[in-house]
Amino acid sequence: MSPISRGFHGRRRDEADPARVPPGQYVTDDFPVLSAGPTPHHPIDWWSFTIQGAVDEPVSWTWDELRALPSETVTVDIHCVTKWSKLDTTWTGVSLDTLLDGIDTTAEYVTAFSDGGYTTNLPLDDVRDGKAWVAYEYEGEPLEPEHGGPARLLVPHLYFWKSAKWVRGLELRQDDEPGFWETYGYHNYGDPWKEQRYQGD
Amino acid sequence: MERAALPRRLTWQLAKVVELRDETPRVRSIVLESPHWPGHRPGQHVDVRLTAEDGYQAQRSYSLASAPEDDHQLLTVERLEDGEVSPYLTDELRPGDELELRGPIGGYFVWEESMGGPLLLVAGGSGVVPFRAMLRHRVAAAWDYVPVRLLYSSRSLDDVIYREELEQLDVEVVLTLTRRRPAAWMGYRRRVDETMLRDVAWPPEEEPLVYVCGPTPFVELAAGTLVTLGHDPARIKTERFGPTGGR
Repeated sequence: MSPISRGFHGRRRDEADPARVPPGQYVTDDFPVLSAGPTPHHPIDWWSFTIQGAVDEPVSWTWDELRALPSETVTVDIHCVTKWSKLDTTWTGVSLDTLLDGIDTTAEYVTAFSDGGYTTNLPLDDVRDGKAWVAYEYEGEPLEPEHGGPARLLVPHLYFWKSAKWVRGLELRQDDEPGFWETYGYHNYGDPWKEQRYQGD
Repeated sequence: MERAALPRRLTWQLAKVVELRDETPRVRSIVLESPHWPGHRPGQHVDVRLTAEDGYQAQRSYSLASAPEDDHQLLTVERLEDGEVSPYLTDELRPGDELELRGPIGGYFVWEESMGGPLLLVAGGSGVVPFRAMLRHRVAAAWDYVPVRLLYSSRSLDDVIYREELEQLDVEVVLTLTRRRPAAWMGYRRRVDETMLRDVAWPPEEEPLVYVCGPTPFVELAAGTLVTLGHDPARIKTERFGPTGGR
């Protein structure tokens, strides 16, 4: 039971539907940026997206090949472990169902990897069945580099550090290997509705 | 990127406000006594949780400004005009009040001697807060043979946080004042840019370890420019905060 903070009233946002704001989060209209290092800037013809690891053959897409795949536009709420949530954000990208289609694997986990060395781990089931995308547009515009452009993972049902910026591929794995923030004490799974911010939550 | 050991579970704990210190007209430090403080590494942060009478709660993250060797935990908070938590911490909080804390959190934006140097710290505004922890730790642990430079961008001299203390921490401080300067000011008088970083930073061949902390546009520019100058992105650690980022 938390003690009352004398003189604290808070500034609730009446317009935000409480059913859409997970515990400990507040709604913001801006789009804060949190990254552990410099924002990478590479020519787009460098770019590829690769699914590798526990697969017969790694599969890769160039930027043009990814853009030629069927895209989806989704409107979702996103939740950052640093406490902000942003409602009704609209993204366009390729569903991971499309990218994983036809890939035969016994893997149960994935590690997403990014330019700059960032990684994050997720159960494979959490990026299937319409739950995850490789997103390259935000609100109808190309995704800005500081927000993860040219493309980032979008897994809105988990805290946003799982939505790896500057994503370059997925490593399919039989075992679960903690990623970057997961190694630094953040929760391995990161469900915002269970407030799984840090290890042991 | 290197890996760290897995820490134990983080629980909420009560800390008592011992003292409040005005650092600048908009920034206040909170001296806290936390009987079960588990210790921390310089650069880590804590979550602070406030609870209203009707049970409503708000949480934000703040960098620890104290060194692990210090007797108390210190948070330094900038008042954000439209903030929900920072105006409470800077205006309402009194000595004797209790604050709920959870931490320490984060292990990447941390400096310890084993990580080496030379150490270049680049701060925008209240981005200097985690650097105080690193600089005090460097002195307390007698690691002051690691060369360190702090490039600190502030609106004015009055807005410089820890101004007197920085002079005692055996660190080379380069200030740039972006909005107002004393009449006789001889230092930089503009935003951090490529020329300034080239002048202040060790050259890339000396492989400085770089930490950049400040508002998002400041960090984007400073870190991006250092990469352009030839510094290894893997040796540049950043921490960004936005208007609503809360720290």
